[in-house]
Amino acid sequence: MSTTTAFLTDSTLCIGCKACEVACKEWNGISQDGFDWSGLSYDNTTGLGHSTWRHVKFIENATMPGLGGNAPETAAWAFSSDVCKHCGDAGCLEACPTGAIVRTEFGGVFIQPDVCNGCGYCVVTCPFGVVERNPDDGRAFKCTFCYDRQVAGLKPACATACPTESIKFGQLDELRLEAQERLAELQGRGMKDVAIYDPESVSGIHALFITRGDPERYNLPPQPEVPTVYLKKGWTSAAIGAGLLVAGVFAAFLRAQE
Amino acid sequence: MTTVRPPLDPSEEKRSAKQREARLLQIRRDAEAGARGAWAEPPMETALERTESQTGYYGLPVLKAPPWTWEIPIYFFVGGAAGAAAVIGSVAKWTDGDSELIRDARWIAAVGGMISPALLVSDLGYPRRFLNMLRVFKVQSPMSVGSWTLVVFSSSAAAAAFLSTVERHPGGLLRVFMNAADMIAALSGTLLATYTGVLIGATAVPVWHENISILPIHFAMSGLASATSILELRGHETPALNALGIAACAGETLIGAKIELDQRRVSEPLKKGTSGWLTRIGGVLSGPLPLALRLLAGNSKSERSVKLRKAAAMSSIAGSLITRAAWIAAGRVSAKDPRLELNRGRGIEIPDAETDHEKRIDN
Repeated sequence: MSTTTAFLTDSTLCIGCKACEVACKEWNGISQDGFDWSGLSYDNTTGLGHSTWRHVKFIENATMPGLGGNAPETAAWAFSSDVCKHCGDAGCLEACPTGAIVRTEFGGVFIQPDVCNGCGYCVVTCPFGVVERNPDDGRAFKCTFCYDRQVAGLKPACATACPTESIKFGQLDELRLEAQERLAELQGRGMKDVAIYDPESVSGIHALFITRGDPERYNLPPQPEVPTVYLKKGWTSAAIGAGLLVAGVFAAFLRAQE
Repeated sequence: MTTVRPPLDPSEEKRSAKQREARLLQIRRDAEAGARGAWAEPPMETALERTESQTGYYGLPVLKAPPWTWEIPIYFFVGGAAGAAAVIGSVAKWTDGDSELIRDARWIAAVGGMISPALLVSDLGYPRRFLNMLRVFKVQSPMSVGSWTLVVFSSSAAAAAFLSTVERHPGGLLRVFMNAADMIAALSGTLLATYTGVLIGATAVPVWHENISILPIHFAMSGLASATSILELRGHETPALNALGIAACAGETLIGAKIELDQRRVSEPLKKGTSGWLTRIGGVLSGPLPLALRLLAGNSKSERSVKLRKAAAMSSIAGSLITRAAWIAAGRVSAKDPRLELNRGRGIEIPDAETDHEKRIDN
């Protein structure tokens, strides 16, 4: 069976309850990541990482950050649950030197914890800053797309827990269509700033987002890149460097011989 | 004038309960005083209108900073010097150079080839699985190419050094073996001295990938300068090495000037802040300073010239080490800056750090 599954995370339906964060931690047995006030709206998680595979963002259009979303002068408050994008063309997967990162039969990007040796190269090649090395354990971790649940025919934990169906789980093609329909529906209702986030530069992602306004408001890069695009330039320069090295050494020794 | 809370640094240490309460109080006070953060976007006429793009999400980074520890810049230095030393040893042999010089160069390569894997394994998060690096070969992963290069280099450089020590003038099969090991070490050495530039260049970190065209050449020059300098400090005072030193320092001077004249916003970490100063100090120590010292010394054998050349050699070694550390430090700074990532492909001029923030606060 080879099917490509995907998430569709709809910012217009998210209520910021963080049930996805909790469900993810519960199911995957991830350690807690401390408790601290960030001062950034209700977002005290602040980002994806080795111990956070779902992260709810609180995008405030407030005049006074910190007052919270129910203050009268707050005009809009958007939430969105962020997750590993499971890129169609994944930087981490290309860069992994051990072959620990693989593409599963569901099309997701999965780090095999029994192979990873913690070199950290996937951390710097992820264009979304999703992968992180666990300082205690040493290996790199990120969302597994609940591979174990999918194998058993279950929905990922976050999608199961989401009370508003802001996180939808299904076939990639179907969800791409559904996203378009939802976009048309919302725009018809007068929400002119909704957009679908599915960047082509990484050959599409398997965790689509419906956002309000530009993606950068959600810390989503408008044009993420798979770092392998730089290889050609890099190896060309390396060849020049190696050539200069050999030629220089030869020239110096031949001149000295005369 | 309003106060701006600094953006939260996720790497900040966890606070105690008391500190957390203090932080909460501070946040509340800021809010009551009406202090608007740089992120606060005044609402448009209605919530349903298209909202204007802001600089990001509370200024939090888009990318993760490299997790590598001190071993990596040192490995870049050791690997670069060892790779270049293997080339020097091999070329010296083919051009009938001094046999002491050949042996020393081979030993530098061999010792570097032994220290390098140790450094790399020690940086791994899960060191006991270091052999997994040789589980697959992936041409699209510079880390994989580098691991295999290092294995080939270390074994051939060790073999060449060992054979040339046990047998001063080997003949027959041993000679064939030694020459083969020597050739392989030199060839993989050129790769070892340059691939590290591709390694950090082919990443998502802006300051690295936007400079990928100079990085491998830069690292090759740096490696050559340090290999030459180590050989000179070992007492090999030859015109060939001095010429090599001058060439490498001249190359480093050019690259240093290129970095200094780089006006792109992406290269800011190479010019400002701690990483900027590290880059600058590393650049001066490996470029213009040793170049001037070497030119002053010339090829004369006088005591003063020898001293000047020694000083140049030491400066080059320190410069190379600092340069590698500076590039890693600049990568860390660059990864924490979300503005470049969020503006790419938008055709928007990257806003200058201060003006953009100030504009948002003052308006």
